Amino acid sequence: MPIDILMPALSPTMEEGKLAKWLKAEGDTISAGDVIAEIETDKATMEVEAVDEGTLGKILVAEGTDNVKVNAKIAILLAEGEDASAMDSGGDAPAADKPAPAQAEASSAPAVASAPTPAAPAPETADDPEVPEGTQMKSSTVREALRDAMAEEMRRDPDVFVMGEEVAEYQGAYKITQGLLDEFTAKRVIDTPITEHGFAGLGVGAAMAGLKPIVEFMTFNFAMQAIDQIINSAAKTLYMSGGQMGAPIVFRGPNGAAARVGAQHSQDYASWYAHVPGLKVIQPYSAADAKGLLKAAIRDPNPVIFLENEILYGHSFEIPDMDDFVLPIGKAKVERSGTDVTLVSWGIGMTYTMKAADELAGMGISAEVINLRTIRPLDIDTVLASVRKTGRIVTIEEAFPMCSVSSEIAYQVQEKAFDYLDAPILRVTGKDVPMPYAANLEKLALPNVGEVIDAVKAVTYTA
Amino acid sequence: MATARKTTSASSKSTSRTRSSAKKAQPAIAKFDKDEELHAYREMLLIRRFEEKAGQLYGMGLIGGFCHLYIGQEAVVVGMQMAKKDGDQMITGYRDHGHMLAMDLDPKGVMAELTGRRGGLSKGKGGSMHMFSKEKHFYGGHGIVGAQVSLGTGLGFANKYRENGNVAMAFFGDGASNQGQVYESFNMAELWKLPVVYVVENNKYGMGTSVARASATTDLSQRGDSFGIPGKQVDGMDVRAVKAASEEALEWCREGKGPFILEMITYRYRGHSMSDPAKYRSKDEVQKMRTEHDPIEQVRARLMENGWASEDDLKGIDKEVRARVAEAAEFAQTDPEPDASELYTDILL
Repeated sequence: MPIDILMPALSPTMEEGKLAKWLKAEGDTISAGDVIAEIETDKATMEVEAVDEGTLGKILVAEGTDNVKVNAKIAILLAEGEDASAMDSGGDAPAADKPAPAQAEASSAPAVASAPTPAAPAPETADDPEVPEGTQMKSSTVREALRDAMAEEMRRDPDVFVMGEEVAEYQGAYKITQGLLDEFTAKRVIDTPITEHGFAGLGVGAAMAGLKPIVEFMTFNFAMQAIDQIINSAAKTLYMSGGQMGAPIVFRGPNGAAARVGAQHSQDYASWYAHVPGLKVIQPYSAADAKGLLKAAIRDPNPVIFLENEILYGHSFEIPDMDDFVLPIGKAKVERSGTDVTLVSWGIGMTYTMKAADELAGMGISAEVINLRTIRPLDIDTVLASVRKTGRIVTIEEAFPMCSVSSEIAYQVQEKAFDYLDAPILRVTGKDVPMPYAANLEKLALPNVGEVIDAVKAVTYTA
Repeated sequence: MATARKTTSASSKSTSRTRSSAKKAQPAIAKFDKDEELHAYREMLLIRRFEEKAGQLYGMGLIGGFCHLYIGQEAVVVGMQMAKKDGDQMITGYRDHGHMLAMDLDPKGVMAELTGRRGGLSKGKGGSMHMFSKEKHFYGGHGIVGAQVSLGTGLGFANKYRENGNVAMAFFGDGASNQGQVYESFNMAELWKLPVVYVVENNKYGMGTSVARASATTDLSQRGDSFGIPGKQVDGMDVRAVKAASEEALEWCREGKGPFILEMITYRYRGHSMSDPAKYRSKDEVQKMRTEHDPIEQVRARLMENGWASEDDLKGIDKEVRARVAEAAEFAQTDPEPDASELYTDILL
């Protein structure tokens, strides 16, 4: 029986990649462990090793092909004694169930992971006053946007530097700092030892002395090791010093669930940091959010927590093609206008929300979508203006429900727009459980488009 | 060397005592001239009298919360202050009043901060443990044990980044010397050759726990050994020894050789904080330190011996210092509390 060789995944969140090069030709004999091809993503290049032995019967995906989906058949391996004729009979049928069921679900585990990456909705720049009319747009991934933001600010201000684990020579654990070392040298792009508490404190000290550090955490899960320095030193010093000394520092990195990395690597910390006076907290969704807000964060004289998302890194968005695109911190964006219900989300929650809004439109429900962009200070005015129009609100986020950002929004809306509400405020959140590993359980633990639609139906009484 | 070191860490205090006494066999003592002796005397006396007054005001209920007095340890900060250059920074933990006075901060501002008044260094919003002065290069005043060590390492990082030739002095106690982030900081400081002098103020007790009961190895000057950071034990009750060691350490850092550790063997006469009953040590122990090793009395004796000051001269200095402290205390009691509007200021810039 011929064996299908499938496109492998390089990381838990990889959806597709480029088949860069074949190192074996059709007819070559292959032993298990032989390197047969090279594949690339925007993050990394890897060699594909043969698992089985045999003869390379047919190459199905030519080298140089972009956007090859994970688990797509890329070649057929013939076992000893088989010839090309076996490929026709054995071809497709086993291929369908070749990946183990768990793997098949894994690739679609977080609802967003199955989203066609480039299909993300273009932001309505019309209500972004920062973008002059007639500005050209260009496509950018969130990853590129973050890198460009740092590079531009480092060119602008010699006091800005970036430090963290693997940010320099490795080019970033998630390739966010790619290319920065070359341009800015090891003086300003600094690989740290694995000591979050220590280097966070070192960064805050450097900021107190007037430098402007960007401290990258490989993920915000590891920042819990450093949270004392973030809260007690960075956030409180300005107040404790009577305004004499603050810490102009950005703590950034991926936050929240990636895919299949389990409980200790899958937590959204937005509400933790948003709880603390003296911090600003940003959670961008699109590439434009990422670029405009990271530039603003670096310029801000206060400590800023910048919560990215690993799954969003590879997503492409339209972004204004401007020399210096900076967004205001603390200002939400109405991503989509509507009249029947207000959907408030931020970060990766926006992916469910935008899709739900599309589906709701098909059902005759007009949803207004607000992308918060900044969690603290919270732009409650934009939310209230919308609720006064629609009379209904649903919040969407991946974090745990207890004491969540949603809880705070619900509190402020009932306090300030009680008389405008036509239904209880509902929230769609991650479930109140540590993130499970099993693909099906992980999917259940995260919110999804269906839950958003159900919540909207409930508040619009259209169930 | 390696074997000797192993013996030290593996076993007895006697070994480490041998090693420290070996080091003390030829302690570097700075030669002080008359002006230096008088300067040290005046500065240490100011701290002593200030702290005594703070203790009184605390007892009167005018100072709230935690208040950690520096009495007994004055020579450490004054000796370092005499060795440092303009622009060198200091950062310390919560026992910080002495550091601020040594960094030339106005006693009125410090005392008014203790009483929570608007003229306090932090407008009354920081308190005893949280005061700062960018102008005088004093970076706090930190309430979390050990946090100032990483922060101070960051000050050193900034000095190196800017190539300004300055050195950061990060003070911490024997208690803090067991915190994890201290070693994270040591590692980065040596790895990147940062100009930081780590000053361990070993006053023998981390709150109520003696060093021997908290630390597997008690020669804290060697705590940077595995990172290759040189360290020295210093008689922290002798301001001349402190100055000499500090000069050496500061010079080491200024030459770009990386960090240096100074373990100042010192003693606090008062409790850990005002609410400390001090049952963990005997009155005799305290009394012995006071009578035999008092840092101020040592200078006083030398001034008299050398004929550099008469009893009357010294009384005059004492009077001056008392007047300054009295003025500070008066200000700290009459200055109004911060305006209610200050509640919401200085949270963000």
